[in-house]
Amino acid sequence: MNETSLDDLSQEVSAMIGRSQYFQTATFDVENSYGYNTLAATQNNNPLFWQEEVAQELTLGHILPPTTLSLWMRPHFWEPGAAGEQVALQVHFDLKKIFDLPEAVMTDNTIIFYEPVRAGDRISNSQVLKSVSGPKTTKLGSGRFWVIDVEFTNQRNELVGIESYTGFGYRRGTEGAAS
Amino acid sequence: MTAETRIKFAQVAAGDSLPELVIDVTPTTVVLGALASRDWRPMHHDYKFATERNGVADIFLNTPNQAAWFERYVTDWAGPRARLGRMKFRMKTSVFPGHRMVFAAAVTDVSTDQTGCGWVSLQVELCVGAPEDDRSTYTVASTCEVRLALPDSQTDNPWLRSGDQWVP
Repeated sequence: MNETSLDDLSQEVSAMIGRSQYFQTATFDVENSYGYNTLAATQNNNPLFWQEEVAQELTLGHILPPTTLSLWMRPHFWEPGAAGEQVALQVHFDLKKIFDLPEAVMTDNTIIFYEPVRAGDRISNSQVLKSVSGPKTTKLGSGRFWVIDVEFTNQRNELVGIESYTGFGYRRGTEGAAS
Repeated sequence: MTAETRIKFAQVAAGDSLPELVIDVTPTTVVLGALASRDWRPMHHDYKFATERNGVADIFLNTPNQAAWFERYVTDWAGPRARLGRMKFRMKTSVFPGHRMVFAAAVTDVSTDQTGCGWVSLQVELCVGAPEDDRSTYTVASTCEVRLALPDSQTDNPWLRSGDQWVP
């Protein structure tokens, strides 16, 4: 990704880079049922997640599949008092709005796993914008790439994981070819 | 001792291949995966939104669900004692209903860190195409680098590592 100099970005975006934003704690506890939904969706028969005795032996009780990390911070689609669509990665949507880029896709994802997540945990996270590219044109349209890191902790403030997303916000209908 | 040690660290070498996993994707695969990961964005369940707003061919597999598929693929091979340390994946094209997904992987490195934990690096490739097409025509949808801790004996357990003993 070609990063652009801070001078090329608005003051608003420049000020976002490197700053921890949107610290929040989930409104619900980690629960086994979503772990089973993920296992079912991927037909994953790992006995660590299905057999009590295996879980006791290896992880001193049930843990959730590591790749469920991000789902514990995804808001309900609707809840009392909430207005509009509830989104998980707010910095991503802020950038879409700032750059007036109505569409977006994720292109890269890195996840580092630390302490296992268990039912009953309450997860918190915060988001850090790491970089924003200059204008780019791909087969999807014209826009910009950005990288956002998300750090997840549990209720004991133990690090449970770090995710890094590369997103591409774009506008369709341009004449540009893929690059 | 009930937990199976499917593969020990010492049994793995760079250049080893993992068995393939073949999965045919349906709309249910996509929607089930999106909802399981609490991803309510419409491009993962609304055909008209995906095709008319996003300009893609169909609803498509979401990012956390792809991560879960990579986890399933790797731990199918490695067993319950194996512990994921890190995964980094790049999505080159979307995975749509009607695709056949073929997961394949090779061991790219084995190493032991300063704490004595044995690590295996894997390069996983997810290729997609129509089930009726020749596999040589399939395209690479995603690639994934995985760092996986493996036990070095029947009693070793990477899951019990924490703090400075866990360096993923």
